Amino acid sequence: MTSALQILRAGPQMTVQDLGRAALTAQGLATGGAADRTALAEAAALLNLGQFPAAIEMAGMGGDFAVTQPMRIALTGAPMRAKIDGKEIGWNQTHLLLPGQRLSIGGAFSGVYGYLTTAGGIATEPVLGSRSAHLVGNIGRILAAGDGLILRQDRTPTAPPVRISPEPRFSGGPVRMMPGPQTGLFEEAELARFLTAEFVRGAASNRQGVRLEHEGAPFQAGEAAGLASDFIAVGDVQMTGDGVPYVLLSECQTMGGYPRIGTVVGADLPRIAQLPLGGRVQFTLLSVAEADRLYRTPAQLIAEAKTRVAPLVRDPSEISDLLGYQLIGGVVSGQDEEDY
Amino acid sequence: MAGQEAQTPTHEILPLGQDGVLVRFARKPDLSALSAAQRFRAALAGQQHSEITEVAPSLASVLLRFDPEATPRSRIEAIAQKALAELGPNAELPAPARRWHLPVAFGADAGPQLAEAAALAGLTQEAAVRQLVEADLRVLAIGFAPGQPYIGLLPDTWNLPRLSQLTPKVPAGALVVAVRQLVLFCNDSTTGWRQIGQTGFRPFWPHSPTPFRLEVGDAIRIEPVSQTDLAALAPERTDGLGGARLEITR
Repeated sequence: MTSALQILRAGPQMTVQDLGRAALTAQGLATGGAADRTALAEAAALLNLGQFPAAIEMAGMGGDFAVTQPMRIALTGAPMRAKIDGKEIGWNQTHLLLPGQRLSIGGAFSGVYGYLTTAGGIATEPVLGSRSAHLVGNIGRILAAGDGLILRQDRTPTAPPVRISPEPRFSGGPVRMMPGPQTGLFEEAELARFLTAEFVRGAASNRQGVRLEHEGAPFQAGEAAGLASDFIAVGDVQMTGDGVPYVLLSECQTMGGYPRIGTVVGADLPRIAQLPLGGRVQFTLLSVAEADRLYRTPAQLIAEAKTRVAPLVRDPSEISDLLGYQLIGGVVSGQDEEDY
Repeated sequence: MAGQEAQTPTHEILPLGQDGVLVRFARKPDLSALSAAQRFRAALAGQQHSEITEVAPSLASVLLRFDPEATPRSRIEAIAQKALAELGPNAELPAPARRWHLPVAFGADAGPQLAEAAALAGLTQEAAVRQLVEADLRVLAIGFAPGQPYIGLLPDTWNLPRLSQLTPKVPAGALVVAVRQLVLFCNDSTTGWRQIGQTGFRPFWPHSPTPFRLEVGDAIRIEPVSQTDLAALAPERTDGLGGARLEITR
């Protein structure tokens, strides 16, 4: 029997995202994928998946969803108002969604990108090895009301619900960066000034990059101006011609001519992606060796997230719904008290 | 080994993110750096190092990607050092294996900043177009967006600065110019370069069996067409080719 996720109402920018497409730099295609990979690792940990899932990334606001088969879901990333059939449900945890129920996800309380992940995973046809929409690259598209996504079945819909303590990243804070190919071309005093500045998110921010604004003078690129276009790393802090920094996110260009003062390490990039309006970030510069030690493989990220997962005791009102639905071989172990 | 050292092209070995090493031959585009980058890329590809997961050439550098869990950065840097020492000087690009003939409409709606760019290059619009048509152009790098070529090098008069303010949107197919190069946009795009022309050719056509059309090293010959002709070469009507022809040269 096929399983599907039906989109009944769609927020302005909902797309399917996974880890993206590696090793296409020579063809000019950035890896892309989820703006906040930590959210996918946390979803994988919640649903006990062995690898990074494809999820629905929701920028700023979610939508309404229904399923055709019983399906556990995980809600991670920017916490958003969420309801099942009008009843508020918690973020950073799993829920069982039954056919006929309506999952409604509203606006974000903090952060930017929320993620809806289904235990069965999305089974649409990958393009160049990934299901991620890459809008800049004209791959995939924004999801709309009326769309249906084919899912694999959830093999264990009755698995007990769990919650995760999310890594804090939805309100700014310190961000570590490493030196890049142009860091040494900036004047030392200008680099020092950059490292003492406090930045807020500019309005011109999206999956390609986050514009950072501060109260001081624009930054001078010095010797780093007028370079040959060169490779960009995700996380690069690019200084445009008017001296305003942009931190480049997963859907950035692969190459560019504006100089970059450093590269935000992977562990801290979600903090930039999720920086809400009004949130503040400040940068510190690591050595290359220090930054290299912070590297984590996708499997390590999931394993780390799993250490933050804990059982969730359930609300009895949810259990009555569950008992009303015929789950084959379903065993429900529920307690009262909802953790929200 | 001092003699061999002296023959190694000027270079810097630099970090690019936690899983990248960048070998940079020059900070500004020049022919010897382009040649070194393309030859270094070819040398590494021939050596088939399993520790390097991806090799990508740009105008004046080569990116080596690796898996930090399996290989320390120092190992990649050592591989690069060794290949660089064996590279030797040579300021010529390899002869092109393929040549694209590319219809482009210039000026007016197709190139709103042609007049401005030509003036900066000290040329009339007609002379500017003539120089572009007569130039021996190559795909120098592919990047910024999928399949998107950096084409050059143009004569030195075309060493135009980027705009200090980004243009929020140029259309798919826009041909833009700066720093002795042309870029051809696959999709609507933000840019700091000046738009001088437009083509129906799409260097990335995801629906095609060969979605990435260009390769680094391809020769490009521009064929000027009128705006009316351009309309007939719309990508939707021409499988994204826009009337471009591919000639195999060797």
